[in-house]
Amino acid sequence: MPDTMNVAPAAGAPIPGPAVEETEQSILSGARRAHQRRTRNTWLLRLALVVVWLGSWELVVGLGWIDAFFYSRPSKIWARLVEWFTQGTDFGTIWLHIWVTVEEAVIGFAIGTAAGVVLGVLLGRSQYLADVLAPFIKAVNAVPRIVLASLFVIWFGLGLTSKVATVVVLVFFAVFFNAFTGAREVDRNLIDNARILGASKGQVLGNIVLPSATSWILSSLHTAFGFALIGAVVGEYTGAQAGIGFLIANAQGTFDTAGVFAGMIIITVVALLAEWGIGRLENRLLRWRPNVGAIAAQI
Amino acid sequence: MSPPDRPLIELIKATKRFPGAGGTVHTAVRELTMAVAPGEFVAVVGPTGCGKSTTLSLVSGLQPASAGQVLVNGTQVAGIPDGVGYMFQSDAVMPWRSVLDNVASGPRFRGAGKAEAREQAADWVDRVGLAGFEGYYPHQLSGGMRKRVALAQTLVTSPRILLMDEPFSALDVQTRANMQDELLRLWAGSGAAVIFVTHDLDEAIALADKVVVMTTSPATIKDVYPIPLPRPRAVEELRLTTEYVRIYREIWESLRVEVDKTRQRGQVGSVAHA
Repeated sequence: MPDTMNVAPAAGAPIPGPAVEETEQSILSGARRAHQRRTRNTWLLRLALVVVWLGSWELVVGLGWIDAFFYSRPSKIWARLVEWFTQGTDFGTIWLHIWVTVEEAVIGFAIGTAAGVVLGVLLGRSQYLADVLAPFIKAVNAVPRIVLASLFVIWFGLGLTSKVATVVVLVFFAVFFNAFTGAREVDRNLIDNARILGASKGQVLGNIVLPSATSWILSSLHTAFGFALIGAVVGEYTGAQAGIGFLIANAQGTFDTAGVFAGMIIITVVALLAEWGIGRLENRLLRWRPNVGAIAAQI
Repeated sequence: MSPPDRPLIELIKATKRFPGAGGTVHTAVRELTMAVAPGEFVAVVGPTGCGKSTTLSLVSGLQPASAGQVLVNGTQVAGIPDGVGYMFQSDAVMPWRSVLDNVASGPRFRGAGKAEAREQAADWVDRVGLAGFEGYYPHQLSGGMRKRVALAQTLVTSPRILLMDEPFSALDVQTRANMQDELLRLWAGSGAAVIFVTHDLDEAIALADKVVVMTTSPATIKDVYPIPLPRPRAVEELRLTTEYVRIYREIWESLRVEVDKTRQRGQVGSVAHA
C-alpha cells in the first residue's frame, strides 16, 4: 500500500497547540461563564420582545392608527389592573372574583381528574369494556362540550355547581385518554414479574399499573388545568354573579376593552402559577425518571 | 423435600399452540418431555426463536399448556405454583422504586410488613454486591447492576424453582461472565432447581449440570447432555480446559444442525415468518 506511505507524514504533521494550555479550572469557569452569558442574553431578548410589542401597541394607538376604543392600549389596561387591585371592581374586591374562579376550576379539576383516572385505568386494563364503550366515548368526545355550559346553567343555576360541571366535562376527557393509554402501555414483563413475585390482581393495579401510567396522567394535567380555567371562565361568561369570566362578560357589555384584557391577564397569571405547581408535583412524583427536569424545561 | 425418585419439575408431552397470524395456528413447543430434579441446574439451548421461553411460561403457570402435562412437585400446574422465581430477558425491575424497595416487592406482595420486607431485602441487596446502592433508582444503575437487582428480587422469595430466560443476553461479555459466576455462587447455597434458557452454548455448559438441546420450531427435545465438570466452577477459567472443549464440540455438533435449519428457513421464508 504505497498510498499510506504518502499520506502518513501529512497526517502526522505537527498540529499547532493552543497558546494557553487549558486547566481543569479554566474549563469549568469557561463553561460557567458561557452559561451565565446565555441565560442573561435570553432574558434580555425576552424583555426586548415585550418592550417592542407593548411599545408598538401603545405607539400606534397614540398615533391614532388604530382606535383605542376597540383595541385599548397597554397603559389603559395597566391602569385598569391597578384600579381593580387597589379600589376593587364595580362588583366587589378582585380577590373575591379570583377566588370564585379558582375554586370552580380546582373543584372541577379534582373531580374530573379522579373520574378520568379511574375510568381510564379501568378501560385500559379491560379490553372488553373498552371495546363496548369505545363508540360512546368517541361520540361524547366529538360533542362540542363547551356548549354544555349553557345547559348546566339552566340545570344547576348561576352558582358554583354549573361551573364545576362545565369544568368536569372538559377536564375528564383530557385526563381520561392519557390514563387509558398509560394503563394500556404497561410493560407486560413488569406485570408478569409482579405476578410471579406474588402480587394479587389488586396489587398489580396499585403497584404496577398506576405508577406506570403516572407519567402519562401527569403530563395530561398540564392541559387539563388549562381546560379547567377555560371551563370556569366560559361557565361564568354564560351566566354567573361573580368570577373573572363574569367580569370579562361585564366589561364586554360596557365596551370596556381594557377590562376584557385585564381579565385575560389575571387568568393567564393564575394558569402560569398552576402550571408551575403541577410541574413541581410532576418532578416530585417522577423523581425516578431520568432527566425529568430537563424534559420539563424544554416545554 | 420430595424423594429423589420424584422430580421437582416434570413436563410430559407438553405442547403449546398459539393462534398465529392470518388465521393459522402456531405451534411453539410440541410433545416436550423433560424432568428436573430438586437442586439440579438445567440449561436449555436451541436456535433463536424456537420456543425455549414458552417452556418457562408453561412451568411458571403464566400460560397453560395446550396438551400434555406440566407437573411441579407432582401436581398439575394451574396458575403460578408456589416457590417459583422467574428472571426475564428484558429488565423487569420497577423503574419507580429504589433498589431496596424493588427487592422488597416480593415479600411485600406476600404480606410481609414494610420493615420486615426491607430487612430481608437489605440482606439480599448486600449478597448480590449492591450494598450502598439501596436508595438508587434503576435508571441510575448499569445494565449489570440492574440484573443484580432482578436477581436479588427473585432470590429474596427463596424460590425452590428458578426459571431464567436468557437473563444475561443483553450484557457485555465481561459483565456476563461476572454475573454467571455470581449466579453460581448464590445458587450453590440455595438448593433451588434451575431451568436456564439461553442461545449461548458457552453459558449453558459453564453453568449447568445438564444441557438440553432443542430442535428448531416447533421445539421439542433433541438431545440431553450431562455436564460432568466439577463444582465450584470459575466460568472464565473453565473455558480453557480440554474437558470443556470436548463437551462443547459434542453439543455443538447437535446444535449446529438445528441452527442451520433455522437459518435456511429464515432465508427462504423470512417474509412468511415476519
